[in-house]
Parts: sequence; C-alpha cells; structure tokens
Amino acid sequence: MIDVRNVTKTFEDFEALKGVSLQVEKGDVVAILGPSGSGKTTLLRCINFLEIADSGTMVFDDETYDMHSISKKDISRIRRKTAFVFQNYNLFLNKTVLQNVTEGLIIARKVHKEEAEKKAIAALEKVGMADRLDSFPSQLSGGQQQRVAIARALATDPEIIYFDEPTSALDPELIGEVLAVMRDLANEGMTMLVVTHEMNFARNVSNKVIFMENGQVIETSDSKSFFENPKEERTKLFIQTIQSGRE
Amino acid sequence: MDERVLQILIDSFMKILMAGIRVTIPLAVLSFFFALIISIVVAVIQYADIKGLKQICRFYIWIIRGTPLLVQLYLVFYGLPSVGIVLPAFPAAVLCFAINEGAYMAESMRAALEAVPKGQLEAGYCVGMSYWQIMRRIILPQAFRTAFPSLSNSFIAMIKSTSMASTITVSEMIRQTQIINGRVYQSLALYLEVGFIYLMFCTVLTWLQSYGEKKLNAYGGAK
Repeated sequence: MIDVRNVTKTFEDFEALKGVSLQVEKGDVVAILGPSGSGKTTLLRCINFLEIADSGTMVFDDETYDMHSISKKDISRIRRKTAFVFQNYNLFLNKTVLQNVTEGLIIARKVHKEEAEKKAIAALEKVGMADRLDSFPSQLSGGQQQRVAIARALATDPEIIYFDEPTSALDPELIGEVLAVMRDLANEGMTMLVVTHEMNFARNVSNKVIFMENGQVIETSDSKSFFENPKEERTKLFIQTIQSGRE
Repeated sequence: MDERVLQILIDSFMKILMAGIRVTIPLAVLSFFFALIISIVVAVIQYADIKGLKQICRFYIWIIRGTPLLVQLYLVFYGLPSVGIVLPAFPAAVLCFAINEGAYMAESMRAALEAVPKGQLEAGYCVGMSYWQIMRRIILPQAFRTAFPSLSNSFIAMIKSTSMASTITVSEMIRQTQIINGRVYQSLALYLEVGFIYLMFCTVLTWLQSYGEKKLNAYGGAK
C-alpha cells in the first residue's frame, strides 16, 4: 500500500535520514523502534509531508510521487487518505471533543453536519469518549485527549494511521488505556505505522518491526523473529538492553 | 464650592456627556472597528509570511509607531487639502485613529498568533484542512482569545485618544468643554468634570473587559 524508498533529510548540518526505505501492506501494524535521535519521528513526518524530504520516492495506492518535489495538491490528496496521531495530541484547543472529530469531516471533506456527527460519535464510542462530547481538551486528562485524537483519526476512514510516539507524553498510569484502543484497532485490521518505545506493543500487537539508528534502517523483520531471533548485532544489543532494563 | 460653579457644572454636564455619547463613542467604536480589521490583516500577512506584502506591513508599522498621532491628524486634516484631498473632520479623525491604533493592535495580534502552538497547524493539515481553513477556524480564534486583554486595552486607550480630535475641530467632549470654558472661565471645575466623564466611560469598558474574559474562559480556558 505504501512503499517509501531512499528518503533523505538534513537539518542544518545534521543528517536525520540517510536513505531510509520501508513498505507497509494493507492490514500491517508496523512498529518503528530505535533510540532517541535515530530519525523515527522525522521519517514519519516526511511520510505525511509535515517535513519535506530532501529526496525519496513514495508509492501510495499504486501512484508514484517524488517526495521532494510533490505538489501541494498531491499532498492534500494523500493526506485525505491518511491520519496522524501526535505525541502531544494536538487537539484543537478552541473546539469541543465532538467538534475536534467533526472538523476534518465537515470542513475538509464537506460531509454534511449530521452525518459527520454520527460518524464522530461512533468513533468516540470506539475509544470510550462518547460521554465527553462537549468537553474542551483542557478539561481532559492526557490519556483522554489522546483517545479523542485517535477518534479524530478514525472518523475520516483513513487507509492508514500514523502514530508518532502516542504514549510518550502520558503519565504511566494513562498509557494502558491508549494502548488498549490501539490494540483494538489492530485487531480490526486497521493499517498502522507506529513510532513507539512500547516494547510490549511492538512485540504483541505489531506484526512487523523496523529498527532504526543514526538515520538508517538497521533491521526490518516480522516482530516475532525480531525479538526472538534478531539478525543484526546492534539489534541484539538493543533487545538485551531493554530486557535487562525490565528485569 | 460656590453655588455659581455648581450651577455651571450641572448645566455643562449634560452637554459634555451628550458630546461623549454622540461623538466620542461613535468615533472610538468606528475607529476601533477599522483598526481591528487592519490589525488582523496586517498580523496574518506577517504570520503567513506573504512575500512583498510582509515588507509593506513592517513599513506601515514603522512609520505609524514612529510618528505622533497629532502629526498624523494634522497631516490628514490640514495637510492633505493642499494636494486636493479634503476630508471632513470626523472621517479624517476615524481614518487617523484606525490607521494609528491598527499598527499597535497588529503587533498584539501577531504576538498572539505566534503564541498558538505550532501543532495546531499540523493537526489541521493532518485532518485534511487547508492553510486558510486552519487559520480561520483554529488559529485566529485562539489568537483572538490571547489578544483580548491587550485589544481591550487598545480600545480604552482609543476612547481617550479621541480627545485629540478636538484639535481638528471635531466637537467631541474636550472641544465641548473648551467652548463652555471659553464662556465661563472655570478650567479647574470643567476639566475635572470632563475627566470624570472619561473615567466613567473607561470604567464601564473595564467591566465589559472582565465580563468578556470570563466569557472566553468559559470556552475551555485553552492553555
């Protein structure tokens, strides 16, 4: 469904991405792992054009785009088929929970208000936030805000949802509720590309793992063999470190 | 205070107050309305970084903030007729006040726009909205809330600045007071009186401001 090849991106004189490629098939749940500063988030932001890559190509739904010279029109066409969940939620602060979810439907997709609200409420029910329709983001906990953000992503029927460290800004006791929602989505067959530090999620929910370091992909494999039978030395070290950290 | 002065104060009070209601307030409200439009346009142009127009906006702010309001009033009312542009006093005053206060308010608006978290724009993009849709529906409303106290401040300042319109023959409160004083020579009493009326106006505005702020905070209190 998405095939990204040789993405490079340099900030000032820091090479954030040094030719990264990845493939996501329909129904995949792909976890991107790696230490801080490895370029995971930059990669995700380039894939949704929040950053414009210096070079790279993307095949999305059988159409090929140059990731550096892509037009605004193509960007918005691709964005309408995707959704993005941010580390710090980024709910619209001046909108209620319901309006946060309907905004992209009514304004960007010209869906009729009643239909949009019906869809929004269904999405909010899925994440367990349908009882807070009229609350403002400032009245919600981080976990609740992130669940609303996931509902906002779901409501537009995206072909894929990108998650940028969706639990990293949360208090430890709130992480579970967000991961549970993500696990449900994965079980329903939603295609997801997830930058995360949650090893349990990567091991138990995702079917593919991409391990990055220093702006490069070190290893790509299915999640079972990634954790049980890593190929690369660097990956072995990484897995040992997290396991010893847990025990 | 002798009875004659008291009688003068009573007689003049309604006259000055009526000049306030008929002239000062419409002058301030109209000028503020246009200043608000100017400030939003100028702030958004700078925030959106529209090449060319941005430089014009910076130039406008530089000129207006760097020259006295009185000079601007004199130029428009006494200066422009010599190049064939003759404006009646009231519209000339509205024009000057709007352009003048607009420059200051544009800076408040710009600061408020820049205070809106960057993620709001990105979130808007990711749900498929265009830049101008996000600007209108997400960023400007949040910026307006942030800017509200300083915009209220500008409006209160505007009420008092209108006194300068007396220098170009607009018959607002100060001019009315001057006319009465020319007859009765009671500067101390009369200027205390007109000062008191300004204070009343501004007190009402201060109440309105705190009411408005409460109202805006009810909408979630943002940050």
